[in-house]
Amino acid sequence: MLGYNTLVVLAGCALLGLACGTVGAFALLRGRALMADAVGHAALPGVVLAAILVASLGGNPRALPPLLAGAVIAGVLGVLSVQALTRGGRIREDAAIAIVLSSFYALGVALLSHVQTMPQAAQAGLGKFILGQAAAMRAEDALWAGGIAAFSVLLCLILFQRLRAACFDPDYARVMGLSVARTDLALLGLIVIVAVAGLQAVGLVLVVALLILPAATARLLTHRLPVLLLVSASLGALAGALGAAASAFEPEWPTGAAVVLAGAIFFTLALLLAPERGLLPEALRRTHRRIAATESHFLRAAWEAQEAAGAGPGTAGDRWTPIAALAAARGWSEAYASRLALWLSLRGLVARAEGEIHLTPRGAAAARRAVRAHRAVELHLLGLGATDIAGADRLADLVEHGLPAEMATRLLAEPSALPQSPHALGPGAFSSQADTLGDSENATRQNFIVRPLRGREADGH
Amino acid sequence: MTALDFLRLDLPALLAAILACGTCGLLGSFLVLRRDSLLGDALSHAVLPGIIAGFAMTGARAGLPMLLGALAAALLAVVAISLVRRVARLESGAATGAVFTSFFALGLMLMEATGARSVDLDLDCVLFGQLESVVWLEAQGFGSLLDPAALAALPRQLFLLAAVALVLAGLVALLWRPLHLLCFDPDYAAAIGLPARGLELALNLMVAAAAVAAFEAVGSILVVAMLVCPAAAIRLLTDSYRAQVLGGAALGAALGALGYALAGPLPAAFGQAFSLNAAGVIGTLGGLAVAGAMLLRQLRIAQPKPAAISG
Repeated sequence: MLGYNTLVVLAGCALLGLACGTVGAFALLRGRALMADAVGHAALPGVVLAAILVASLGGNPRALPPLLAGAVIAGVLGVLSVQALTRGGRIREDAAIAIVLSSFYALGVALLSHVQTMPQAAQAGLGKFILGQAAAMRAEDALWAGGIAAFSVLLCLILFQRLRAACFDPDYARVMGLSVARTDLALLGLIVIVAVAGLQAVGLVLVVALLILPAATARLLTHRLPVLLLVSASLGALAGALGAAASAFEPEWPTGAAVVLAGAIFFTLALLLAPERGLLPEALRRTHRRIAATESHFLRAAWEAQEAAGAGPGTAGDRWTPIAALAAARGWSEAYASRLALWLSLRGLVARAEGEIHLTPRGAAAARRAVRAHRAVELHLLGLGATDIAGADRLADLVEHGLPAEMATRLLAEPSALPQSPHALGPGAFSSQADTLGDSENATRQNFIVRPLRGREADGH
Repeated sequence: MTALDFLRLDLPALLAAILACGTCGLLGSFLVLRRDSLLGDALSHAVLPGIIAGFAMTGARAGLPMLLGALAAALLAVVAISLVRRVARLESGAATGAVFTSFFALGLMLMEATGARSVDLDLDCVLFGQLESVVWLEAQGFGSLLDPAALAALPRQLFLLAAVALVLAGLVALLWRPLHLLCFDPDYAAAIGLPARGLELALNLMVAAAAVAAFEAVGSILVVAMLVCPAAAIRLLTDSYRAQVLGGAALGAALGALGYALAGPLPAAFGQAFSLNAAGVIGTLGGLAVAGAMLLRQLRIAQPKPAAISG
């Protein structure tokens, strides 16, 4: 069922997507991606004029090369117009792109309406350039598009060093004697070439998406340029092939829309799931951090409750503590504290019985670490001259969680021992002050933040 | 061409062109001043799925559901753009490009899926605009202009356009000072307690409303021309806020009228047989207007006024 023609078109569209993905990656990094929008739209009057010219000369208006040549000329004119408009500084590049793409496209629309009244069949197949119709491509057209695409990928590889330098470090490129202006020109040329090559398959309205979406998806997934290029190129190829396949099965569908939707789905998935930047992993990490912080608060409260009861750090694990007392010390509701106790008992950090808990050996070790980190920060803040002990306690609550054990050791004067708490422990130790803290707490925090951390050498570490 | 032909065929289309282009020209100034021109591009594309959804839900080409759908889509697009900017750390142009093309593609596919295309909402209408289809066949003569029954039969696009134009002009008049501040000194606007975010959102929705009202008349891409070209041309010629905003609207309306006249009626009046797509001619004129303003500005710079130097 897949004939030779379909296969060639499929391969051509995939190659086209590959080229758009490659060039798009550089265009995106250099902040030129939207130029493809201007080029794509600007190509319309070129295509229509070329068709009129060829038809009036008696040629075949469906032949691709003259149409593409017209598109290239108009596309270059469009790029030059954008640059001319921005030269004065009064019109910024975004406005210039919008002006050029819309007015060139308008000219194309006006010419197209004229062509449709012409006696010759000059308008035949021009509509497919607007939204793309891969099903209408002949093998010959696909070979042209694929050839152009392959050429531009090759050019990208040859110019790799220059393009990379221009994208990431224009100053370095200048120092190395590489002309950034010339590299930019080459990049614009590449954008024109792939945008024009993509016209038949994707259409001029949406060709810009094939440059932006795969590259933006790749950027979500990696920081390394070679990987980024590889991912962007393969996603582009996949989107192109999917679009062409959709067009083969449903010839009426605008191929461009199918291609772009495929690209948009990849992008959305990456936006949600990308390991480092994705929304879901980010939300998971944040939740995880919050849970870990609450856990360590609970464990520390359990430890300190026993200290307050006179059990002392060495025998901390031996007493049972009422959950209600922990809840009061942390200002939690009892139900919330009970849920936390249940969760920690599932993790094997505390044992529960009749509204009381006690730390398991693992829990005691974790609690000791939490207490140590908390007091290290507290004492450090007080050592810096903070006078508001309650404020120091609260600030330590906020910052202690990211503190690795080695850092706590560096902050403590006596690294091996667990320091005494600088303030009274037990339920409601601060509840009387808590109401009146408000402003002074904020002031203290400010104080801590603006005060630079002193080097530890002064303290003998 | 008789007077009756003019009344039936040209007058409604001419009015639609003037209203659509004038409204877009009015709002375009804010986009250009805020260096947000691509937003016009983005919103005029992004409203498509909303229009189709509004159409699919009611099954009729009625104004209000389509307008509401379009506004919802525009809102979604604005949120999506800022989300993409933040999460994917793209510059705003690329983020805009990624979002609006996806929305437009979704709209095109919805058009196929809901069958809207075959029924009523034409792809050509989206791409080229259908100014020529705005006709008033009930007109019997100039007396019809005063006849309520005949006036009620005016094409409904005209009512939508007129309503949107009125509301937007009223809003611009109402928000004249805050918008001024928002354009020239957003930080100061925020400092004196103006709800800058709310104003931006309101501006975005206004642009979306103008885009969707003008959509049917001039098509989605030519909406961009009318949003940006008149405003940019005026921007090259004046520094005054009042002149910028009002001039943008006036130039837009003038280009709409001139473009429509040049496309069909004028050649026909002189016995020429050809006629062009009116929206296309209007958009082309928009580009020419910017080019003309550019030349005018260069002439002015080349010959500075003596008064400007001494003063």
